[in-house]
Amino acid sequence: MNWNRKDLIGLEYLSAAEIEHILAATDSFKQVTTRSIKKVPTLRGKTVANLFFEPSTRTSASFELAAKRLSCDVLTLNIATSSVKKGETLVDTARNIEAMEVDTLIVRHGAAGAPAMLSRAVKACVINAGDGWHEHPTQGLLDMYTLRSRLGDIKGLRVSIIGDIAHSRVARSNIWGLTKLGAQVTVCAPPVLLPVGIEKFGVKITTDLDEAIAGADAINVLRMQFERDCAQAFPSRTEYFRKYGVTQERLQKAKHDIVVMHPGPMNRGIEMSSEVADGPNSVILEQVTNGVAVRMAVIYLTATAKEASL
Amino acid sequence: MKYLIKNGRCIDPANNLDAVADLLLSDGKIENIGKKIPSPKGAQTIDAQGMIVAPGFVDMHVHLRTPGREDVETLESGSRAALKGGYTSVLMMPNTDPAVDTPEMARGLKEQAHKESVVHAYVSGAVTKGRQGAQLTDIAGLKAAGALAVTDDGCCVADDGIFRKALRESARAGLLLIDHCEDSKISGKGVMNESFMSTKLGMRGMPRQAEYEMVRRDIEYARGLDALVHIAHVSCKESCDLIRKAKKAGVRVTAEAAPHHFTLTDEACANYDTRTKMNPPLRADYDVKAIKEALADGTLDAIATDHAPHGLHDKYVEFDAASFGVIGLETALSISVMELVNKGVLDWPRLIELLSSAPAKILGIPAGTLSKGAPADVTVLDPKAELLYTAEEVASRSKNSPFIDWKLTGLAMEVFVSGKRLVSGGQLV
Repeated sequence: MNWNRKDLIGLEYLSAAEIEHILAATDSFKQVTTRSIKKVPTLRGKTVANLFFEPSTRTSASFELAAKRLSCDVLTLNIATSSVKKGETLVDTARNIEAMEVDTLIVRHGAAGAPAMLSRAVKACVINAGDGWHEHPTQGLLDMYTLRSRLGDIKGLRVSIIGDIAHSRVARSNIWGLTKLGAQVTVCAPPVLLPVGIEKFGVKITTDLDEAIAGADAINVLRMQFERDCAQAFPSRTEYFRKYGVTQERLQKAKHDIVVMHPGPMNRGIEMSSEVADGPNSVILEQVTNGVAVRMAVIYLTATAKEASL
Repeated sequence: MKYLIKNGRCIDPANNLDAVADLLLSDGKIENIGKKIPSPKGAQTIDAQGMIVAPGFVDMHVHLRTPGREDVETLESGSRAALKGGYTSVLMMPNTDPAVDTPEMARGLKEQAHKESVVHAYVSGAVTKGRQGAQLTDIAGLKAAGALAVTDDGCCVADDGIFRKALRESARAGLLLIDHCEDSKISGKGVMNESFMSTKLGMRGMPRQAEYEMVRRDIEYARGLDALVHIAHVSCKESCDLIRKAKKAGVRVTAEAAPHHFTLTDEACANYDTRTKMNPPLRADYDVKAIKEALADGTLDAIATDHAPHGLHDKYVEFDAASFGVIGLETALSISVMELVNKGVLDWPRLIELLSSAPAKILGIPAGTLSKGAPADVTVLDPKAELLYTAEEVASRSKNSPFIDWKLTGLAMEVFVSGKRLVSGGQLV
């Protein structure tokens, strides 16, 4: 198929074939990232700007490395502290960066919809690196890529997403992507962290962790943001760990080869015990490795789509 | 100047009239209404065949942003937008900068409106000082200064104790109390309806309980009091149900709905278009249906636009950061025709009542009727006329309408204010 989108805003907006196309492209970039010389000249002369309006270490680093390995010039800006506070609008900030002939804007923003808005306001490619509670499409893609490399075809897999579904963009991107590719998705959370209307996403819902783990091929364990969104909902961390923490004991009742994922950053002893995080079922670091390849694929595909449309 | 409007379908709900007739306007008054009125010497004749001749419309909920935000609307621009929509009277909300919270301010704004507005622009005052919800204003004084209502619109009078005092005080003064029903402890930092859509879009939701629990409170506090409580911009089914029940029980409560709330649902927010962000928010299909039923069966008394102009820099930002509100004066008639009359929800006399005589009665103003001797505030509308409502068409200083680029049906062609012809052939004079 031909890729013809200049932007990646969310997995909701992609077809199954488009998602498959990105995952297939990721394969070839994965090979690049595992060589001793990790760089290809594919996008030499292109400029990518990382516009991070919300702090991030891993995603920002991953996008930066992905762009560099494609031979792009990269500019990383943490804007939370600069011009926004002086009253410049989001669109003005983006247009100013674009005016320096930047080809791709990678946008992380606390407000849902900010990348979608920018994609209409600029000609540059816009890649969503996480917007509010909305989507984090490259995370969803790298989770699927990791699952596929471990378990083969996603179709028919049983995947449980565990934790703060209500405030998680990772959960939403995973739900869209996995259901489009034919996985059976279960979400598991305390009732207060299940968002309104979640049943309409075509997922199974449970509040019982053992039920979510039993029979699952994979679990994706979300970060609990006690410092932000979850304080009212679930005041005690130890209580959360007791009810929803993934431990070795709980995994004993699971499939022996269950794949354990976490989008990071991880709170050891809250969502997951260290034994599980570092254990044989964990693919957490593999996810991080794959993240770079997925982002290379996305930067490459969107850039070439834009080129083709000129 | 005399005008003879001939052969229109004259609808005057206040007099139970719906008949083809002629209407003669003279010296700012309605001089005569009846069959085959002979044309007096020097009168201009207007052929209204196929048109509806109605009392000029009354919008009891507009924000004309004066004083303080004349960059987004002035009395002149806002009143011209009103005229274009067929309105001849509007009630200005007091959430200006500063708020209209003293008799002196109300009097001053009334005088300014008299000079600058091209329609009758009436003043309302705040319930509490600075709309801060803590200390009552001089409600009797506001009435004496010409305010037609008190309201903290934009905010709810949240404190139960203050609300109770405000009700008693406004009842004593004989002044209407309009409440923006929202429990902000429930709606919090929400920016749209709480629903599948807000979950999908990843935005903070405003649960419907935030509205209807306050409607319930207002009704309970008004019960047995001789107060006049009016619920602004009803957006959900539960509020309609509560108001219907209250009216049956004899509580003196009235209520209004805005065109966007009986036309659009939260699905319209799908592209993060901030022209779909307003408070209360767009809700579900069944709410739209419930509001339509409530408009038809008399549960809701009036259509009011909640015309809320905002500049581009207030709206062309992240959805979370955008101001709440949409303009509505220029589209209310067409949207009502398209959604209510043409879809068979209610008939023409009821629509005209909702747009004119009912709000006029709630406000106690001499408008909303074609009676002989009444002020010559008249709107002649063509139920079939069409308009592509582009941004260039907008008469308001702000263009934040969710109906931009809609094809509108049903337009005001002739509008008379105190006998002056200010819209002619669908164009502002």
